Amino acid sequence: MSSVAAASPYALGADRAAAGVEEYNFDIVKKFTIMTLVWAVVGMSVGVYIASELAWPFLNFDIPYIEFGRFRPVHTTSVILGFGGSALFATSYYIVQRTCQARLISDFAASFTFWGWQACVVLADASYMMGHTTSREYAEMEWPLALLILVVWVVYMNLFIGTIMRRKQPHIYVANWFYLAFILAVAILHVFNHLAIPVSMFSMKSYSLFSGVQDAMTQWWYGHNMVGFYLTAAFLGMMYYFVPKQAGRPIYSYRLSIVHFWALSFMYMWVGAHHLHWTALPDWTSTLAATFSILLLMPSWGGMINGIMTLSGAWDKLRTDPVMRFMIVALSFYGMSTFEGPMMALKEVNALSHYTNWTVGHVHSGALGWVAMITFGSLYHLIPKLWNTRLYSVRLAAIHFWLATIGILLYIVAMWISGITQGLMWRAYDQFGNLQYSFIESVAAIHPFYVMRMIGGVFFLSGVLVMVFNVTMTILQGKREERQALAAGGLAGANV
Amino acid sequence: MKLGFKHEWIETNIGLMVVITMLAISVAGMVEIIPLFFIKGTVENVAGPRPYTPLELRGRDIYQDNGCFYCHSQMIRPFRDEELRYGHYSLAAESQYDHPFLWGSERTGPDLARIGGKYSNAWHVQHLIDPRSVVSQSIMPGFPWLATTPLNMSDIEARMKALRDVGVPYALTKQEYEADVKKFGPELAKQYYIPNAQQNIIEQANANDYDGRKNGPITEMDAVIAYLQSLGNQVDWSKVNENQLVKDR
Repeated sequence: MSSVAAASPYALGADRAAAGVEEYNFDIVKKFTIMTLVWAVVGMSVGVYIASELAWPFLNFDIPYIEFGRFRPVHTTSVILGFGGSALFATSYYIVQRTCQARLISDFAASFTFWGWQACVVLADASYMMGHTTSREYAEMEWPLALLILVVWVVYMNLFIGTIMRRKQPHIYVANWFYLAFILAVAILHVFNHLAIPVSMFSMKSYSLFSGVQDAMTQWWYGHNMVGFYLTAAFLGMMYYFVPKQAGRPIYSYRLSIVHFWALSFMYMWVGAHHLHWTALPDWTSTLAATFSILLLMPSWGGMINGIMTLSGAWDKLRTDPVMRFMIVALSFYGMSTFEGPMMALKEVNALSHYTNWTVGHVHSGALGWVAMITFGSLYHLIPKLWNTRLYSVRLAAIHFWLATIGILLYIVAMWISGITQGLMWRAYDQFGNLQYSFIESVAAIHPFYVMRMIGGVFFLSGVLVMVFNVTMTILQGKREERQALAAGGLAGANV
Repeated sequence: MKLGFKHEWIETNIGLMVVITMLAISVAGMVEIIPLFFIKGTVENVAGPRPYTPLELRGRDIYQDNGCFYCHSQMIRPFRDEELRYGHYSLAAESQYDHPFLWGSERTGPDLARIGGKYSNAWHVQHLIDPRSVVSQSIMPGFPWLATTPLNMSDIEARMKALRDVGVPYALTKQEYEADVKKFGPELAKQYYIPNAQQNIIEQANANDYDGRKNGPITEMDAVIAYLQSLGNQVDWSKVNENQLVKDR
């Protein structure tokens, strides 16, 4: 608490604040935190809309800008880069300053990453709706935007590493290792996956440097490692800081953190080709990927255990503290998804699950269950600290927790059932050995589950709206208290 | 650990940590991706697969821009049910000129790797304008604007040049044209000659009745259907050695 207080204009840091040198740059953390919630609302609303398009296709309205194929990347980019990205910038800037006891090395650079990143997401979303896409999943932005992202990323990397270099502690805290691996890996992935030749300097269109099988391998090496490093490693960084903080206990095992970190960093990179089982990719590559996918279960569960066991001796908090509940359920979903993933990477299972909604369900059990839940938990911890107050309503946080959890369950159960239905119907034979179902019969069969998934999305989004209200009230409360404290301070001064 | 190694060395030295992390995350990509460019048979040696004509290319770009690949895969797996439903499993050779690949990852709709020639142009026009007028339970969006949007061909030469830069055998010089004649025959070689691209688009669109208006304006619909009709029917399977394909995998 002391350094949070130091950053506010009253209490310890008043002298420094007066001199214009606050101990930490929390202004940038606040900005990214607010945008995290803005993008959550935007991205998840679009998610609910495109889910509705699949259930009721008239919602495409024959309008090019919002037809499913152009609107889907608006959803994925808004939630992954907008929501997830803003959350990662916010928490990494907070954690690196607190654990290194050093201010970010440049306010200007920090501000640049904020405006640059927000511009990237807005422009990318707009460009998809206008019909510009590289078609590379989760890397759909065309070359000018990919370059902009690269510039922002290099500035981010310098800022993060530069701040670590100014640390007052000899040791670099484990959360920073994970953020570091995330920053380095995303840089490599982004550069190689976006290698392309533009049609001209003034055209959005570019053609990938690679073709066919090599292009597919590069894209899914990228695609799965965006999951591995962006959606996993980085959020583990969040976990390694906020779970111990909220639990008020040290991380369960230092040794396990080391094993977790290095095993995860090394192994994740191998598994991308499990997205290409049974395709024209050679068998050796996909077998290698399947093998590493199974191995990956160990570091993943090691990390989950490290997080959950941090709570040992304080389990009662689960009953009283919804913030802790978000974190522990996030880790549980992390464990579940990282079990389901290796299972789906087995070629026999993949033969059934690939191309179906099962994959969509798997992604969302990770994205909603793990990524979003650990973010909510961390933000509920962080926001009162940033605005130097208490959470406006713990009860509303508890309501958010249940809306989110019910939403996820509806979502993934719907996708499991519809995915397995699709897989089984496609390979069903009649008594004469002919295909039993036409394709369109499988489309019709899963309609109820598209509706159910959409309802799950609405639950999840409602939870976010509750959070937005709660956070807004918390911030207003913090500002009111600050004004009152200043006024009281002024009076006290007058008395002297 | 017995060698006196201490993890402390790494976690107190950011430079060392960056270097070791970079090593840890770089190995896999090098092992899994680089060999794909060199191992013989990764792209099978079969006759037939060819680059797109300029009209088909524009159709492919539009297919990509509208995100069709999110719901339609173009990659048939070697299973009996997929063979019955879609045809022969896809070969790497069949997407060797595809920058980028459009294999897709989901089948919200059916696979399109071998859609070429399965339906008439008129069916495609109707289906793209109003999918549920043809398949009542379809959940595909309608794309009626394709039929009314004139095809932009102003930058077709720049597009083909960019593709030539990444290795597609489109021809700029006489020499390259002659090489194409040898490899693909005179008809196709003419299509791949970049300076004639606009003329080729107009001729192909007019010679075929893609959007149902023979000498009408050339629309995005013409291009998309030309592309769809070119998919998956290029390999002459009677000349393919299936055993070799199995070995190549």
